[in-house]
Amino acid sequence: MEPTISFFSGLQISDLWYLMEAAWRTVLISALSITIGTVLGVVFGWILYEGRWAAALTLGPLLDVFRSVPLIIQLVLFYNFAPIIGLNLDPFFSGVVILGIYCASLVANVARGGMEAVSRPMRRAARSLGMSYWQDLRYIVLPIGGRAVFPSWVGVALGVMKDSALVSVLGYIELLKASQILITRTQEPLLILTIAGAFYFALSYPISRYAASIEKRWTS
Amino acid sequence: MIEIRGLEKYFGTLQVLKGIDLTVPKGEVLSIIGASGSGKSTLLYCINALEEIQAGSVKVDGTDVHAKGTDINALRQKLGMVFQQWNSFPHLTALENVALSPRIVKGKTKAEARDIAAKQLEHVGLADKLDVYPSALSGGQQQRLAIARALAMEPEYMLFDEATSALDPELVGEVLDTMRLLAEEGMTMICVTHEMNFARDVSDRVAFFHQGVIEEIDSPDKIFGAPKSEHLQKFLSNIR
Ligand SMILES: Nc1ncnc2c1ncn2[C@@H]1O[C@H](COP(=O)(O)OP(=O)(O)OP(=O)(O)O)[C@@H](O)[C@H]1O
Ligand SMILES: [Mg+2]
Repeated sequence: MEPTISFFSGLQISDLWYLMEAAWRTVLISALSITIGTVLGVVFGWILYEGRWAAALTLGPLLDVFRSVPLIIQLVLFYNFAPIIGLNLDPFFSGVVILGIYCASLVANVARGGMEAVSRPMRRAARSLGMSYWQDLRYIVLPIGGRAVFPSWVGVALGVMKDSALVSVLGYIELLKASQILITRTQEPLLILTIAGAFYFALSYPISRYAASIEKRWTS
Repeated sequence: MIEIRGLEKYFGTLQVLKGIDLTVPKGEVLSIIGASGSGKSTLLYCINALEEIQAGSVKVDGTDVHAKGTDINALRQKLGMVFQQWNSFPHLTALENVALSPRIVKGKTKAEARDIAAKQLEHVGLADKLDVYPSALSGGQQQRLAIARALAMEPEYMLFDEATSALDPELVGEVLDTMRLLAEEGMTMICVTHEMNFARDVSDRVAFFHQGVIEEIDSPDKIFGAPKSEHLQKFLSNIR
Protein backbone atom coordinates (compact mmCIF):
# COMPACT_ATOMS: atom_id res chain seq x y z
CA MET A 1 0.00 0.00 0.00
CA GLU A 2 1.36 3.39 -1.00
CA PRO A 3 1.12 5.98 1.76
CA THR A 4 -0.39 9.34 0.93
CA ILE A 5 1.48 12.57 0.98
CA SER A 6 0.03 13.66 4.30
CA PHE A 7 2.07 10.83 5.76
CA PHE A 8 4.34 12.96 7.94
CA SER A 9 1.79 15.54 8.86
CA GLY A 10 0.20 13.77 11.79
CA LEU A 11 -2.33 11.25 12.83
CA GLN A 12 -5.06 10.12 10.49
CA ILE A 13 -8.25 8.16 10.92
CA SER A 14 -6.62 5.25 9.13
CA ASP A 15 -3.94 5.21 11.80
CA LEU A 16 -6.59 4.64 14.40
CA TRP A 17 -7.76 1.65 12.41
CA TYR A 18 -4.19 0.52 12.28
CA LEU A 19 -4.00 0.73 16.08
CA MET A 20 -7.31 -1.04 16.39
CA GLU A 21 -6.07 -3.90 14.28
CA ALA A 22 -2.95 -4.06 16.40
CA ALA A 23 -5.09 -4.09 19.53
CA TRP A 24 -6.93 -7.04 18.06
CA ARG A 25 -3.61 -8.82 17.62
CA THR A 26 -2.81 -8.07 21.25
CA VAL A 27 -6.12 -9.65 22.20
CA LEU A 28 -5.41 -12.62 19.98
CA ILE A 29 -1.95 -13.40 21.29
CA SER A 30 -3.04 -12.76 24.89
CA ALA A 31 -6.16 -14.89 24.68
CA LEU A 32 -4.28 -17.77 23.13
CA SER A 33 -1.39 -17.57 25.61
CA ILE A 34 -3.67 -17.24 28.61
CA THR A 35 -5.81 -20.17 27.50
CA ILE A 36 -2.82 -22.44 26.92
CA GLY A 37 -1.11 -21.15 30.04
CA THR A 38 -4.15 -21.74 32.19
CA VAL A 39 -4.70 -25.30 31.05
CA LEU A 40 -1.02 -26.15 31.44
CA GLY A 41 -0.79 -24.23 34.70
CA VAL A 42 -3.68 -26.13 36.25
CA VAL A 43 -2.01 -29.41 35.34
CA PHE A 44 1.32 -28.18 36.76
CA GLY A 45 -0.44 -26.90 39.87
CA TRP A 46 -2.05 -30.28 40.34
CA ILE A 47 1.34 -32.01 40.05
CA LEU A 48 2.83 -29.62 42.59
CA TYR A 49 -0.16 -30.11 44.89
CA GLU A 50 -0.09 -33.89 44.72
CA GLY A 51 3.59 -33.49 45.57
CA ARG A 52 4.96 -36.65 44.09
CA TRP A 53 8.42 -35.63 45.13
CA ALA A 54 10.15 -36.42 41.84
CA ALA A 55 7.74 -34.30 39.85
CA ALA A 56 7.69 -31.49 42.36
CA LEU A 57 11.47 -31.54 42.58
CA THR A 58 11.96 -31.09 38.86
CA LEU A 59 8.88 -29.06 37.98
CA GLY A 60 9.09 -26.59 40.86
CA PRO A 61 12.55 -25.20 40.03
CA LEU A 62 11.79 -25.23 36.30
CA LEU A 63 8.72 -23.07 36.83
CA ASP A 64 10.78 -20.83 39.11
CA VAL A 65 13.14 -20.19 36.20
CA PHE A 66 10.30 -19.14 33.89
CA ARG A 67 8.82 -16.96 36.60
CA SER A 68 12.04 -15.15 37.44
CA VAL A 69 13.88 -14.66 34.13
CA PRO A 70 12.58 -11.44 32.50
CA LEU A 71 10.15 -12.24 29.72
CA ILE A 72 12.00 -10.16 27.18
CA ILE A 73 15.09 -12.31 27.65
CA GLN A 74 13.06 -15.51 27.35
CA LEU A 75 11.45 -14.24 24.16
CA VAL A 76 14.68 -13.27 22.48
CA LEU A 77 16.47 -16.44 23.54
CA PHE A 78 13.66 -18.68 22.41
CA TYR A 79 13.15 -16.89 19.10
CA ASN A 80 16.82 -17.14 18.25
CA PHE A 81 17.56 -20.61 19.55
CA ALA A 82 14.39 -22.44 18.55
CA PRO A 83 15.54 -22.74 14.90
CA ILE A 84 18.66 -24.54 16.11
CA ILE A 85 16.53 -27.38 17.42
CA GLY A 86 14.49 -27.35 14.24
CA LEU A 87 11.58 -25.20 15.38
CA ASN A 88 10.96 -22.49 12.84
CA LEU A 89 8.30 -20.42 14.49
CA ASP A 90 7.18 -17.00 13.40
CA PRO A 91 7.13 -14.18 15.95
CA PHE A 92 3.48 -14.82 16.75
CA PHE A 93 3.90 -18.47 17.66
CA SER A 94 7.18 -17.87 19.44
CA GLY A 95 5.33 -15.29 21.51
CA VAL A 96 2.49 -17.69 22.22
CA VAL A 97 4.90 -20.41 23.33
CA ILE A 98 6.85 -18.21 25.71
CA LEU A 99 3.90 -16.20 27.02
CA GLY A 100 1.97 -19.46 27.43
CA ILE A 101 4.73 -21.09 29.46
CA TYR A 102 5.23 -17.92 31.48
CA CYS A 103 1.51 -17.76 32.18
CA ALA A 104 1.50 -21.47 33.09
CA SER A 105 4.30 -20.95 35.61
CA LEU A 106 2.26 -18.25 37.31
CA VAL A 107 -1.03 -20.14 37.11
CA ALA A 108 0.62 -23.25 38.56
CA ASN A 109 1.06 -21.52 41.91
CA VAL A 110 -2.42 -20.06 41.77
CA ALA A 111 -3.91 -23.46 40.97
CA ARG A 112 -2.00 -25.16 43.74
CA GLY A 113 -3.29 -22.52 46.14
CA GLY A 114 -6.81 -23.22 44.95
CA MET A 115 -6.47 -26.92 45.63
CA GLU A 116 -5.05 -26.20 49.06
CA ALA A 117 -8.06 -24.00 49.75
CA VAL A 118 -10.34 -27.04 49.70
CA SER A 119 -10.11 -28.69 53.09
CA ARG A 120 -9.27 -32.34 53.54
CA PRO A 121 -12.50 -33.05 55.41
CA MET A 122 -14.46 -31.53 52.53
CA ARG A 123 -12.77 -33.88 50.11
CA ARG A 124 -13.29 -36.83 52.42
CA ALA A 125 -16.98 -35.99 52.55
CA ALA A 126 -17.07 -36.06 48.76
CA ARG A 127 -15.26 -39.38 48.61
CA SER A 128 -17.52 -40.84 51.30
CA LEU A 129 -20.44 -40.26 48.94
CA GLY A 130 -18.83 -42.60 46.43
CA MET A 131 -17.20 -39.98 44.23
CA SER A 132 -14.00 -41.09 42.54
CA TYR A 133 -10.78 -39.12 42.84
CA TRP A 134 -11.50 -37.42 39.51
CA GLN A 135 -15.12 -36.66 40.29
CA ASP A 136 -13.99 -35.07 43.53
CA LEU A 137 -11.50 -32.93 41.57
CA ARG A 138 -14.02 -31.99 38.92
CA TYR A 139 -17.13 -31.32 40.99
CA ILE A 140 -15.73 -30.22 44.36
CA VAL A 141 -12.12 -29.05 44.15
CA LEU A 142 -12.40 -27.22 40.81
CA PRO A 143 -15.42 -25.08 41.66
CA ILE A 144 -14.54 -24.38 45.30
CA GLY A 145 -10.81 -23.89 44.78
CA GLY A 146 -11.40 -22.10 41.49
CA ARG A 147 -13.59 -19.52 43.12
CA ALA A 148 -11.12 -19.03 45.95
CA VAL A 149 -8.30 -18.10 43.59
CA PHE A 150 -10.31 -16.56 40.77
CA PRO A 151 -9.19 -12.99 41.64
CA SER A 152 -5.54 -14.06 41.56
CA TRP A 153 -6.08 -15.74 38.23
CA VAL A 154 -7.63 -12.60 36.78
CA GLY A 155 -4.59 -10.70 38.02
CA VAL A 156 -2.28 -13.14 36.23
CA ALA A 157 -4.34 -12.95 33.04
CA LEU A 158 -4.34 -9.16 32.94
CA GLY A 159 -0.62 -9.17 33.66
CA VAL A 160 0.03 -11.52 30.76
CA MET A 161 -2.04 -9.29 28.50
CA LYS A 162 0.12 -6.32 29.36
CA ASP A 163 3.29 -8.38 29.06
CA SER A 164 2.27 -9.43 25.58
CA ALA A 165 3.61 -5.99 24.56
CA LEU A 166 7.08 -7.51 24.88
CA VAL A 167 6.46 -9.75 21.90
CA SER A 168 6.99 -6.59 19.87
CA VAL A 169 10.73 -7.15 20.22
CA LEU A 170 10.32 -10.11 17.89
CA GLY A 171 8.66 -7.89 15.31
CA TYR A 172 5.10 -8.99 15.92
CA ILE A 173 2.95 -5.96 15.26
CA GLU A 174 0.70 -5.72 18.25
CA LEU A 175 -0.43 -2.60 20.05
CA LEU A 176 2.95 -1.44 21.35
CA LYS A 177 4.85 -2.18 18.15
CA ALA A 178 2.18 -0.43 16.11
CA SER A 179 2.45 2.59 18.35
CA GLN A 180 6.20 2.69 17.88
CA ILE A 181 5.80 2.56 14.13
CA LEU A 182 3.32 5.42 14.21
CA ILE A 183 5.53 7.43 16.54
CA THR A 184 8.48 7.12 14.20
CA ARG A 185 6.32 8.40 11.40
CA THR A 186 4.31 11.13 13.08
CA GLN A 187 6.74 12.21 15.76
CA GLU A 188 3.86 12.50 18.19
CA PRO A 189 4.88 10.11 20.95
CA LEU A 190 2.72 11.53 23.73
CA LEU A 191 -0.50 11.45 21.79
CA ILE A 192 0.07 7.99 20.39
CA LEU A 193 1.23 6.45 23.65
CA THR A 194 -1.81 7.93 25.34
CA ILE A 195 -4.05 6.35 22.75
CA ALA A 196 -2.24 3.00 23.08
CA GLY A 197 -2.53 3.19 26.85
CA ALA A 198 -6.22 3.89 26.51
CA PHE A 199 -6.54 0.81 24.33
CA TYR A 200 -4.87 -1.35 27.00
CA PHE A 201 -7.16 0.14 29.59
CA ALA A 202 -10.20 -0.44 27.39
CA LEU A 203 -9.17 -4.08 27.07
CA SER A 204 -8.56 -4.80 30.73
CA TYR A 205 -11.13 -2.64 32.45
CA PRO A 206 -14.19 -4.57 31.23
CA ILE A 207 -12.46 -7.80 32.18
CA SER A 208 -11.72 -6.71 35.71
CA ARG A 209 -15.22 -5.28 36.11
CA TYR A 210 -16.77 -8.45 34.80
CA ALA A 211 -14.55 -10.50 37.12
CA ALA A 212 -15.59 -8.37 40.06
CA SER A 213 -19.26 -8.90 39.28
CA ILE A 214 -18.76 -12.66 39.04
CA GLU A 215 -17.00 -12.63 42.39
CA LYS A 216 -19.83 -10.67 43.89
CA ARG A 217 -22.37 -13.14 42.59
CA TRP A 218 -20.44 -16.00 44.18
CA THR A 219 -20.12 -14.44 47.58
CA SER A 220 -23.74 -13.35 47.87
CA MET B 1 -23.47 -56.92 58.20
CA ILE B 2 -20.21 -55.18 59.06
CA GLU B 3 -17.50 -57.53 60.34
CA ILE B 4 -14.26 -56.16 61.72
CA ARG B 5 -11.51 -58.62 62.60
CA GLY B 6 -8.18 -57.89 64.30
CA LEU B 7 -8.10 -54.37 62.90
CA GLU B 8 -4.88 -52.47 63.55
CA LYS B 9 -4.17 -48.93 62.46
CA TYR B 10 -0.98 -46.90 62.76
CA PHE B 11 -0.26 -43.26 62.04
CA GLY B 12 3.47 -43.52 61.48
CA THR B 13 4.69 -45.27 64.61
CA LEU B 14 1.65 -44.32 66.69
CA GLN B 15 -0.73 -47.25 67.00
CA VAL B 16 -4.24 -45.87 67.14
CA LEU B 17 -6.29 -49.07 66.80
CA LYS B 18 -4.90 -52.11 68.56
CA GLY B 19 -6.86 -55.08 67.33
CA ILE B 20 -10.56 -54.29 66.98
CA ASP B 21 -13.09 -57.10 66.67
CA LEU B 22 -16.62 -55.95 66.08
CA THR B 23 -19.68 -57.28 64.29
CA VAL B 24 -22.61 -55.03 63.51
CA PRO B 25 -25.62 -56.90 62.15
CA LYS B 26 -28.19 -55.33 59.86
CA GLY B 27 -30.67 -53.15 61.71
CA GLU B 28 -28.52 -52.54 64.74
CA VAL B 29 -27.82 -49.12 66.21
CA LEU B 30 -24.40 -49.14 67.82
CA SER B 31 -23.07 -46.18 69.75
CA ILE B 32 -19.38 -45.71 70.35
CA ILE B 33 -18.27 -43.68 73.34
CA GLY B 34 -14.85 -43.02 74.79
CA ALA B 35 -12.29 -40.38 75.59
CA SER B 36 -10.87 -38.00 73.01
CA GLY B 37 -8.04 -39.57 71.04
CA SER B 38 -9.09 -43.15 71.77
CA GLY B 39 -9.50 -43.91 68.05
CA LYS B 40 -13.28 -43.68 67.54
CA SER B 41 -13.18 -41.52 64.42
CA THR B 42 -10.31 -43.51 63.02
CA LEU B 43 -12.35 -46.69 63.26
CA LEU B 44 -15.16 -45.15 61.20
CA TYR B 45 -12.68 -43.97 58.58
CA CYS B 46 -11.27 -47.49 58.37
CA ILE B 47 -14.74 -48.92 57.78
CA ASN B 48 -15.22 -46.99 54.53
CA ALA B 49 -11.54 -46.96 53.60
CA LEU B 50 -10.97 -43.25 54.02
CA GLU B 51 -7.98 -44.54 55.98
CA GLU B 52 -5.79 -47.51 55.12
CA ILE B 53 -5.27 -50.24 57.67
CA GLN B 54 -2.14 -52.13 58.63
CA ALA B 55 -3.57 -55.43 59.88
CA GLY B 56 -6.86 -57.26 60.12
CA SER B 57 -9.88 -56.84 57.90
CA VAL B 58 -13.18 -55.03 57.48
CA LYS B 59 -15.97 -56.76 55.59
CA VAL B 60 -19.23 -55.16 54.55
CA ASP B 61 -21.83 -57.71 53.44
CA GLY B 62 -18.96 -60.10 52.85
CA THR B 63 -16.87 -57.72 50.72
CA ASP B 64 -13.40 -56.98 52.02
CA VAL B 65 -13.24 -53.20 52.10
CA HIS B 66 -9.46 -52.97 51.97
CA ALA B 67 -8.80 -55.71 49.42
CA LYS B 68 -7.02 -54.67 46.23
CA GLY B 69 -9.77 -55.55 43.79
CA THR B 70 -12.64 -53.97 45.71
CA ASP B 71 -14.53 -51.20 43.93
CA ILE B 72 -14.39 -48.83 46.86
CA ASN B 73 -16.48 -46.12 45.21
CA ALA B 74 -19.30 -48.61 44.74
CA LEU B 75 -18.92 -49.90 48.29
CA ARG B 76 -18.98 -46.43 49.81
CA GLN B 77 -22.46 -45.92 48.40
CA LYS B 78 -23.61 -48.51 50.91
CA LEU B 79 -21.92 -46.64 53.74
CA GLY B 80 -23.32 -43.18 54.34
CA MET B 81 -21.14 -41.02 56.52
CA VAL B 82 -21.83 -37.87 58.49
CA PHE B 83 -18.94 -35.89 59.91
CA GLN B 84 -18.50 -33.62 62.86
CA GLN B 85 -17.93 -30.73 60.48
CA TRP B 86 -20.85 -30.88 58.09
CA ASN B 87 -18.81 -30.01 54.99
CA SER B 88 -21.68 -28.68 52.91
CA PHE B 89 -20.55 -27.94 49.37
CA PRO B 90 -20.65 -24.14 49.48
CA HIS B 91 -21.03 -23.61 45.74
CA LEU B 92 -24.24 -25.64 45.50
CA THR B 93 -27.75 -25.06 46.80
CA ALA B 94 -29.19 -27.47 49.34
CA LEU B 95 -30.95 -29.34 46.57
CA GLU B 96 -27.82 -29.50 44.41
CA ASN B 97 -25.74 -30.62 47.40
CA VAL B 98 -27.96 -33.65 47.76
CA ALA B 99 -28.58 -34.27 44.05
CA LEU B 100 -24.92 -34.17 42.99
CA SER B 101 -23.80 -37.69 43.90
CA PRO B 102 -26.93 -39.50 42.73
CA ARG B 103 -26.38 -37.81 39.38
CA ILE B 104 -22.64 -38.20 38.89
CA VAL B 105 -21.98 -41.36 40.88
CA LYS B 106 -25.16 -43.32 40.26
CA GLY B 107 -25.85 -41.88 36.82
CA LYS B 108 -29.38 -40.68 37.58
CA THR B 109 -30.88 -38.10 35.26
CA LYS B 110 -31.15 -34.52 36.44
CA ALA B 111 -34.87 -34.91 37.06
CA GLU B 112 -34.47 -38.18 38.96
CA ALA B 113 -31.67 -36.75 41.09
CA ARG B 114 -33.80 -33.70 41.83
CA ASP B 115 -36.68 -35.87 42.99
CA ILE B 116 -34.41 -37.96 45.20
CA ALA B 117 -32.88 -34.83 46.70
CA ALA B 118 -36.21 -33.15 47.33
CA LYS B 119 -37.48 -36.30 49.01
CA GLN B 120 -34.48 -36.61 51.30
CA LEU B 121 -34.50 -32.94 52.20
CA GLU B 122 -38.12 -33.32 53.21
CA HIS B 123 -37.13 -36.41 55.16
CA VAL B 124 -34.77 -34.36 57.33
CA GLY B 125 -37.15 -31.42 57.62
CA LEU B 126 -35.57 -29.06 55.10
CA ALA B 127 -38.34 -29.10 52.51
CA ASP B 128 -38.51 -25.30 52.57
CA LYS B 129 -34.77 -24.81 51.98
CA LEU B 130 -34.28 -26.46 48.60
CA ASP B 131 -32.87 -23.45 46.79
CA VAL B 132 -30.93 -21.97 49.68
CA TYR B 133 -27.13 -21.95 49.74
CA PRO B 134 -25.45 -23.55 52.77
CA SER B 135 -24.08 -20.21 53.94
CA ALA B 136 -27.66 -19.22 54.72
CA LEU B 137 -28.30 -22.33 56.84
CA SER B 138 -27.65 -22.81 60.54
CA GLY B 139 -25.21 -25.45 61.72
CA GLY B 140 -28.04 -27.77 62.64
CA GLN B 141 -29.64 -27.33 59.25
CA GLN B 142 -26.34 -27.92 57.51
CA GLN B 143 -25.83 -31.09 59.48
CA ARG B 144 -29.27 -32.30 58.49
CA LEU B 145 -28.36 -31.39 54.92
CA ALA B 146 -25.31 -33.61 55.28
CA ILE B 147 -27.53 -36.43 56.51
CA ALA B 148 -29.87 -35.97 53.53
CA ARG B 149 -26.88 -35.94 51.20
CA ALA B 150 -25.70 -39.27 52.57
CA LEU B 151 -29.20 -40.77 52.49
CA ALA B 152 -29.65 -39.80 48.84
CA MET B 153 -27.18 -42.55 47.93
CA GLU B 154 -29.58 -45.04 49.55
CA PRO B 155 -26.97 -46.42 51.93
CA GLU B 156 -27.57 -49.56 53.93
CA TYR B 157 -25.39 -48.36 56.78
CA MET B 158 -24.87 -44.94 58.29
CA LEU B 159 -21.72 -43.90 60.10
CA PHE B 160 -22.00 -40.82 62.32
CA ASP B 161 -18.84 -39.23 63.64
CA GLU B 162 -19.86 -36.92 66.48
CA ALA B 163 -22.55 -35.42 64.32
CA THR B 164 -23.58 -32.96 67.03
CA SER B 165 -20.28 -32.00 68.65
CA ALA B 166 -19.67 -28.89 66.57
CA LEU B 167 -23.18 -27.55 67.07
CA ASP B 168 -24.46 -24.88 69.40
CA PRO B 169 -26.34 -26.58 72.26
CA GLU B 170 -29.74 -25.35 71.11
CA LEU B 171 -29.21 -26.98 67.68
CA VAL B 172 -28.18 -30.40 68.93
CA GLY B 173 -31.75 -31.57 69.45
CA GLU B 174 -32.91 -31.24 65.85
CA VAL B 175 -30.01 -33.34 64.57
CA LEU B 176 -30.48 -35.99 67.25
CA ASP B 177 -34.17 -36.13 66.36
CA THR B 178 -33.26 -36.80 62.75
CA MET B 179 -30.91 -39.57 63.83
CA ARG B 180 -33.61 -41.03 66.05
CA LEU B 181 -35.99 -41.03 63.11
CA LEU B 182 -33.49 -43.00 61.03
CA ALA B 183 -33.01 -45.50 63.84
CA GLU B 184 -36.77 -45.98 64.07
CA GLU B 185 -36.92 -46.59 60.33
CA GLY B 186 -34.56 -49.50 60.85
CA MET B 187 -31.33 -48.00 59.48
CA THR B 188 -28.17 -49.76 60.58
CA MET B 189 -26.12 -47.13 62.36
CA ILE B 190 -22.76 -46.72 64.01
CA CYS B 191 -22.73 -43.50 65.99
CA VAL B 192 -19.65 -42.08 67.61
CA THR B 193 -21.17 -39.73 70.14
CA HIS B 194 -20.72 -37.73 73.28
CA GLU B 195 -24.49 -37.57 73.77
CA MET B 196 -24.97 -40.14 76.50
CA ASN B 197 -28.73 -39.77 76.55
CA PHE B 198 -28.87 -40.54 72.86
CA ALA B 199 -26.57 -43.54 73.31
CA ARG B 200 -28.74 -44.84 76.14
CA ASP B 201 -32.13 -44.27 74.52
CA VAL B 202 -31.52 -45.15 70.90
CA SER B 203 -28.76 -47.74 70.78
CA ASP B 204 -29.09 -51.48 70.81
CA ARG B 205 -25.52 -51.72 72.01
CA VAL B 206 -22.87 -49.33 73.27
CA ALA B 207 -19.13 -49.81 72.78
CA PHE B 208 -16.62 -48.11 75.05
CA PHE B 209 -13.31 -47.26 73.43
CA HIS B 210 -10.17 -46.91 75.47
CA GLN B 211 -6.76 -46.27 73.93
CA GLY B 212 -7.41 -48.10 70.71
CA VAL B 213 -9.33 -51.12 71.99
CA ILE B 214 -12.98 -51.80 72.64
CA GLU B 215 -12.81 -52.23 76.36
CA GLU B 216 -16.46 -52.96 76.93
CA ILE B 217 -19.43 -53.56 74.66
CA ASP B 218 -22.91 -54.32 75.89
CA SER B 219 -26.50 -53.16 76.08
CA PRO B 220 -26.96 -49.52 77.12
CA ASP B 221 -28.47 -50.69 80.43
CA LYS B 222 -25.34 -52.63 81.32
CA ILE B 223 -22.89 -50.01 80.05
CA PHE B 224 -24.53 -47.13 81.88
CA GLY B 225 -26.11 -49.07 84.76
CA ALA B 226 -23.42 -51.58 85.64
CA PRO B 227 -20.11 -50.68 83.98
CA LYS B 228 -17.48 -53.33 84.62
CA SER B 229 -14.24 -51.75 83.42
CA GLU B 230 -12.56 -49.28 85.70
CA HIS B 231 -11.83 -46.93 82.81
CA LEU B 232 -15.48 -46.89 81.81
CA GLN B 233 -16.58 -46.17 85.37
CA LYS B 234 -14.13 -43.30 85.50
CA PHE B 235 -15.19 -42.04 82.05
CA LEU B 236 -18.85 -42.04 83.06
CA SER B 237 -18.28 -40.34 86.40
CA ASN B 238 -16.25 -37.64 84.67
CA ILE B 239 -18.98 -36.67 82.28
CA ARG B 240 -21.80 -36.70 84.79
N1 LIG C 1 -4.10 -38.07 60.12
C1 LIG C 1 -3.55 -38.32 61.31
N2 LIG C 1 -2.19 -38.32 61.42
C2 LIG C 1 -1.60 -38.58 62.60
N3 LIG C 1 -2.26 -38.87 63.72
C3 LIG C 1 -3.60 -38.90 63.69
C4 LIG C 1 -4.32 -38.62 62.46
N4 LIG C 1 -5.63 -38.71 62.72
C5 LIG C 1 -5.74 -39.02 64.02
N5 LIG C 1 -4.53 -39.15 64.61
C6 LIG C 1 -4.29 -39.52 66.00
O1 LIG C 1 -4.93 -40.74 66.23
C7 LIG C 1 -5.48 -40.79 67.54
C8 LIG C 1 -6.92 -41.17 67.46
O2 LIG C 1 -7.62 -40.14 66.79
P1 LIG C 1 -9.19 -40.18 66.59
O3 LIG C 1 -9.54 -38.94 65.85
O4 LIG C 1 -9.58 -41.47 66.01
O5 LIG C 1 -9.72 -40.08 68.07
P2 LIG C 1 -11.23 -39.91 68.58
O6 LIG C 1 -11.47 -41.01 69.51
O7 LIG C 1 -12.13 -39.76 67.44
O8 LIG C 1 -11.13 -38.55 69.39
P3 LIG C 1 -12.16 -37.34 69.46
O9 LIG C 1 -13.19 -37.69 70.48
O10 LIG C 1 -11.30 -36.19 69.92
O11 LIG C 1 -12.71 -37.13 68.10
C9 LIG C 1 -5.22 -39.43 68.16
O12 LIG C 1 -4.09 -39.53 68.98
C10 LIG C 1 -4.89 -38.56 66.98
O13 LIG C 1 -3.98 -37.55 67.34
MG1 LIG D 1 -13.19 -38.11 66.60
